[in-house]
Amino acid sequence: MEPGPPAQVHLEVEHLFRHQAGQMLATLTRIFGWEHLDLVEDVVQEALLQALRQWPFSGIPANPRAWLVQVARNKALDALRRRASLRRIEQQLQAQLLELPPAPDPAEAWNTGVFRDDQLAMIFACCHPSLAPEARVALTLKVVSCLSVPEIARAFLAEPATIAQRLVRAKRRLREAGIALALPEDGFPTERVGSVLQVLYLLFNEGYSAHVGENLVREDLCAEAIRLAEWLATHPAAASPRVHALLAQFYFLAARFATRVDGDGNLLLLEEQDRSQWDRNLLQRGLQALERSAEGTEVSEYHLQAGIAAVHATSASFAETDWPYLLTLYDGLQALAPSPVVALNRAIAVGMVKGPEAGLRAVETLKTDPALKNYRWLPAVEADFLRSLGRTSEAATAYRLALACSCTEPERRFLEQRWASVAERTAHPSPHHPPP
Amino acid sequence: MPRFMLLLHSAPHPPADLSPEDMQRSLGKLRSWLEELKSTGRYVVSDKLMEEGGKIVTLQDGKPMVVDGPYSEAKEIIGGYFTLRAADYEEAVEIARNSPFLQLGTIIVRQADPMGCGGE
Repeated sequence: MEPGPPAQVHLEVEHLFRHQAGQMLATLTRIFGWEHLDLVEDVVQEALLQALRQWPFSGIPANPRAWLVQVARNKALDALRRRASLRRIEQQLQAQLLELPPAPDPAEAWNTGVFRDDQLAMIFACCHPSLAPEARVALTLKVVSCLSVPEIARAFLAEPATIAQRLVRAKRRLREAGIALALPEDGFPTERVGSVLQVLYLLFNEGYSAHVGENLVREDLCAEAIRLAEWLATHPAAASPRVHALLAQFYFLAARFATRVDGDGNLLLLEEQDRSQWDRNLLQRGLQALERSAEGTEVSEYHLQAGIAAVHATSASFAETDWPYLLTLYDGLQALAPSPVVALNRAIAVGMVKGPEAGLRAVETLKTDPALKNYRWLPAVEADFLRSLGRTSEAATAYRLALACSCTEPERRFLEQRWASVAERTAHPSPHHPPP
Repeated sequence: MPRFMLLLHSAPHPPADLSPEDMQRSLGKLRSWLEELKSTGRYVVSDKLMEEGGKIVTLQDGKPMVVDGPYSEAKEIIGGYFTLRAADYEEAVEIARNSPFLQLGTIIVRQADPMGCGGE
């Protein structure tokens, strides 16, 4: 089946500079080699700056991508002449630069041979398993997505100096390891694809479950993760059922973006969200990707996660959700890729299927897990179960614990509201549920 | 409608460390200003000028002399110009006031004088 065109989560032209910079970086790095990555970054930056100086007077050229490629190529040729260290290979590089096709039409930005191959090779290099996951994420955002160091730092609530350091080390590692910037003839092996998917998953998750701060930057991270996952899904060297499964999950979750907060910026739970406002286009893409993920026999963690997201996305209402099926999916996921956060979500499903008492027992087994020590949703979920059981004073204590963890402003307001609702009842205990 | 020239004292020199997203945002503002001029029929022509200062031609002892223009300081030279149509100075100045180029340097507004009347 032919994959559809990439989703327009954001208008293509909105990020034209960033996207085109990534394309030029990948191709020029292939030609110049890793040891000249810094020079290539300068060349690309200069080409963009020239556009910013010229276009206000001349207007935007008919094919801005071709304009930028042309200018970057000229600047690269200049750099060749200036750098003594490049003289030895000048002829060879010059020939390669002159052979470059003009940049594709804006409408088919991604569907053209050499640039597309270079960008795919670049993301696989930046996500190489020999790099630490943190380094992979930073490198991908810098070299593939072309965010600046301050932008990456903002997205990950880190100090710019920390990110800059991490990038210097990661680039050195890339050079030393001599990772090839090319597509293997039979496509990338499974573990290389897995390594890229892991980075995309981290990216999307960081955007989706913001801890604190600005939401806007975060949704951009999700959009970027989707854009990059679409590269993999539409390139024969990388596409596989797992890739489609991850993309399906991204689409399903992104479809709910607009409904996660109300008009006043208050957090809305899945059960409170207006399902008619979910993005139909993204849901449709999710279903298509899910269908493609089922080609073949593989069932990966990404398949189970996509399945879970699909159950929510296709339920007519919260009440009509097929919780028993969700619980089997969570059981499968916990067996295949155990994680404390998955276990907590499984506990919620347990509560929905077997009642709050059983849910509470499932949560209690997680309380000693160090990975969930400061995770706001652990005490919050526990508090919800306690509240359903009428154990209001214990619920109030648990909500307070959740509030002590770091969370976004809407989350804080939500938890405070919950706390207030049980704190009131504690002050005027109902005769049926006396506080213990 | 009278014609005016907006002379941009200094070429746009964006900081070298702008991120691609920053650049796109800046360009967006400059672009909408330009589009507005075009859609209201005010735009005539514009050029960015080279930044090397150009050549100065004068007569010295009756003979044309050619020397290089001012070089080092970018703000010493005209970086670019726009020719527009506007009802009067007030409107031309208003266009300059709203220009994102103002962030990048001084704008000189001059009216064209096709009749040679010198402003009478």
